Parts: sequence; C-alpha cells; structure tokens
Amino acid sequence: MEIAAGNVGRKTAGGRQGAAWRTAAGFFDWFGEIAAFCGRLVRSAVRPPYEWRELLRQCDRIGSLSLPLVALAGAATGVVLSLETRDSLSRFGAKTMLPAVIVFSILKESGPIITGLVVSGRVGAGIGAELGSMKVTEQIDAMEASGVDPFRYLVATRVLACILMLPLLTLAADFCGILLGWVANNLQEPISIRYFFQSGFRNVDFSDFLPSTFKTAVYGLIIGAIACFEGMRTKGGTEGVGRSTTHSVVLASLFVILADVLLVRLILAFWN
Amino acid sequence: MESAEVGNPVEVDNLSKAFGKQKVLDGVNLHVASGETLAVLGRSGTGKSVLLKLLIGLQKPDSGRVSIHGKDIATLDVPRLNELRLSIGFLFQQAALYDSLSVEDNVAFPLRRHSSDPLEKQQQKVRGLLESVGMQDHGHKMPSEISGGMQKRVGLARALVLDPDILLFDEPTAGLDPITAAEIDDLMVELREKRKLTAIVVTHDIRGARTFAHRLVLLRDGKIVAEGSFADLQKNDDRFVQQFVGSLS
Repeated sequence: MEIAAGNVGRKTAGGRQGAAWRTAAGFFDWFGEIAAFCGRLVRSAVRPPYEWRELLRQCDRIGSLSLPLVALAGAATGVVLSLETRDSLSRFGAKTMLPAVIVFSILKESGPIITGLVVSGRVGAGIGAELGSMKVTEQIDAMEASGVDPFRYLVATRVLACILMLPLLTLAADFCGILLGWVANNLQEPISIRYFFQSGFRNVDFSDFLPSTFKTAVYGLIIGAIACFEGMRTKGGTEGVGRSTTHSVVLASLFVILADVLLVRLILAFWN
Repeated sequence: MESAEVGNPVEVDNLSKAFGKQKVLDGVNLHVASGETLAVLGRSGTGKSVLLKLLIGLQKPDSGRVSIHGKDIATLDVPRLNELRLSIGFLFQQAALYDSLSVEDNVAFPLRRHSSDPLEKQQQKVRGLLESVGMQDHGHKMPSEISGGMQKRVGLARALVLDPDILLFDEPTAGLDPITAAEIDDLMVELREKRKLTAIVVTHDIRGARTFAHRLVLLRDGKIVAEGSFADLQKNDDRFVQQFVGSLS
C-alpha cells in the first residue's frame, strides 16, 4: 500500500515536472516563432512594391474607428483623476496644484497606457479575428496562390498602421482627459479653462510630452505584431478563431504593460 | 515514355506528406501533359487537397519533388515562387473569396497587383471574365450576398484573371446542387476547349470527372491505386476502383 502510494507520489511529481517542461518549452517556442514572424514581416515590409492603399485603409480603420473609444476612455480617466486627486490634494492644502497634477499624470502615463490598453482590446481582437477567419477559410492561401505576399499585404500594413496611429490616438486621449479633468474640476469649484490650462501646462516641456507620446508607437508595434501573429497561425475552424482572438487581446495587453515598465525606466534614464 | 514526359508542365516525383503520424501522401508520382485535364479521385481525407497545395507551394512536402514548367518549386525563393504562381490558377474548395472585397474587386485583386495595364483595361477584363462565368450582374455584391455556386463561379473567374496555363481545382462541385454542379462541369469543359489549359481537378464526383477529364487517377491511403481513362478504370478489377466507378454503371 505504501509502495503504491509512493509510486503515485512519484508519478504525480513526474507529471508536474513534465507539465512544467512543456509549459517552458511552449513559452520559448512562442518567442522563437514570433521572432521568425517579425523577421519575415520586416523583409516583406521593406521590399517593394508597397501597399500604400491598404496601409491608408488600415490607418483609417484603426485610427478613426478607435477614436471614439479612446477619447471616451481618456475623458473618463480625466474625470476620475480630477475627482480623486482633488480630494487627496485638499487634505495636504495643495489644491492649487490640481491642474498640474492632472496634466502631468495624463500626459506622462494615464493617456498613453489607457490608449495602449483600449487599442489592444479593440484592434487586437479585430486583427486576430479577421486574420484568423481569413486563415481558416483559405483566403490567405488564395492570396498566396495568386502570387501576393500576405505578409506584405495583410501583416505589414496592419502593424505599420498600429505604429502610426497609436501616438495620434494618444494625443486624442490626452486632450479629452485634460479637458474633462477641467470640466469635473469646474463642476465642483468654478475655475476658468484658461487658468486651468495655464496653470497645468506652466511647467510642462517637450521632454515630458514627446517620449511618453511616442512610446505608444512601441505599443502599436506590440499590438499589431502579436495580433497578426496569432491570427496568421490560427488552426481549427471557428473555435481556433476564438482562441486566436483571445490570445491576441490577452498577450497584447500583457506585453503593453510590460513594455510600459521598461519604457518608463528608459525614458527616465535618458530624458531626465 | 520517359522522353514523352520531358516538358510536362506538371511533374510530381515520389511525393510524401504526413501530418503527425498520419501519412496523407505516400510516394505519389504524377505527370500532366500540356492541355490535359487530370482528375484526382479518392475518398474524403485521402490527401487530394494536400496534393494541390503541395503543387503550388502552399505546403512543403516531407520528401519528393514537385516540378512546374521544369522548375523544382522547393528550390525557389519567395519572389520566384510568387512569379511562378502567376502561371497557375487555383479554385479553392469554398471559393475563398475575400470577405471585405466586392465580387468585382475579388476578381481584380491579382490583376491590380501584377498587371501594368491601364485601370480601364483591367476593369474591362474583369467584366469580361465575370460575363464568361455568368456573374456580370453581380459584380457590386459582396461574397456573403451570393450563393455557394455563384461564389465558385467568381472563384473561377479570379483563378483565370492572370491568364494562367495551369489550373488547379479543389472540389469544384462539392456542396452544390446537381444542376449547379453540372453548370460548373460545363464551364470546365468550355475552358478546356477554348483555352487549352492544363488542369488538375481534385474531386470525389466521378460523374463530373467523366465529363471533363482526359485521364483519372484514384488515390487510396496516400497512394495511386489506378490510373487511366474512365473506360480503363471501368475495366479495372480492383474492388475499391469498382466501388468508385461502378456507382455510374
């Protein structure tokens, strides 16, 4: 009985070890595959002919269709930030600092990360599902069969559009956040918009604004590359499309957050 | 015989392909002469569609050689392979039309990328092809707005738009009603007569294959078990061949 229990224990431990190895191997496999995918993406993107028309279409789809959601998320952040910070600053007698706190926190962190996460949800899911559906219905094979490189037409255009659109969407989120921050502040204690903006932007310079806005181009690269990668390797019909879509959103959001940590450290090291 | 095969547009030597432990093609040898229509028959899941994808380089074989117009496709880099693919038209099983493009844009898609003709001439060609498959009144519609048979017709027009000299058909009549299937078969015969194309048609529709194919091969367990004209196959004593061919007797 004891021997049997010992065998079960060893088997369970062995099973756990095997599962851990498989997870680790899967993790490294994924990185290897996405690295190879990015390599092919770069080769396809730099080699003519360029798909300008499709790039513009993707910029329009990613940019204009994400704009309302990003603006709303930015606005909501501005309102919440105004309400919460006002209360905290009042306790320390620093209420006059409120415009500067709102502007700094939105420009430097809230605006970019909110934009990154909203776009990774909306665009990541859209690209993952679209390319996944195209893959399982052989549309990507049809494209390849007609001598058109799907990496150039489908992948490079989407990734580039994400890179280009993220900083622009961040500007929209920043603007809405700061504006609605003022509105929320104004409803509690009337303050002129001119005073709010003057006070908020008094100590802001380009080093506060540019790096944090342009770091979102890296988020764009992450979102576009992960969503296209997951979409292009979809297998197994509609269930596979669902899986790719979920992976696209989860992994893109996760890597945007991880990239943010790294980029904030780099920006602080090089710009300050 | 060997010398007659030199210069065949499609040559397949000892081709094998497995997915995991499942061997779908096992040492297949094939050749298709210029202007010939070959029907590849077999039960579902016997690797017929995989064979077509290997021919156009959408999948890589485990071993063996595929040669199109004398070029071993395994040795070609992506740009050269894409160039070679311009001489091959492919009609997919579910037509594989691009969801986001209209019928007309679907047909025009390869042309816009590979032709230097003026836009007007390209549009003229697209309309002509749509007319030849009876879809001239549906050019503005989206693929989701037309039936499966119509999608196959549009797929056929798209496969022809670059004037290929080899056509690959993957189950052109699968899932269609007998009347629409017969219409597609007639279109294929018309193509054969008018354009003198080399064609490989993967199908399990023996009735259709009898109509349009010069020669038939029968696949079982990844191997070719019978080859010849319909009459040759009728004379074959093999029980499996008789099960296939006998269904028409």
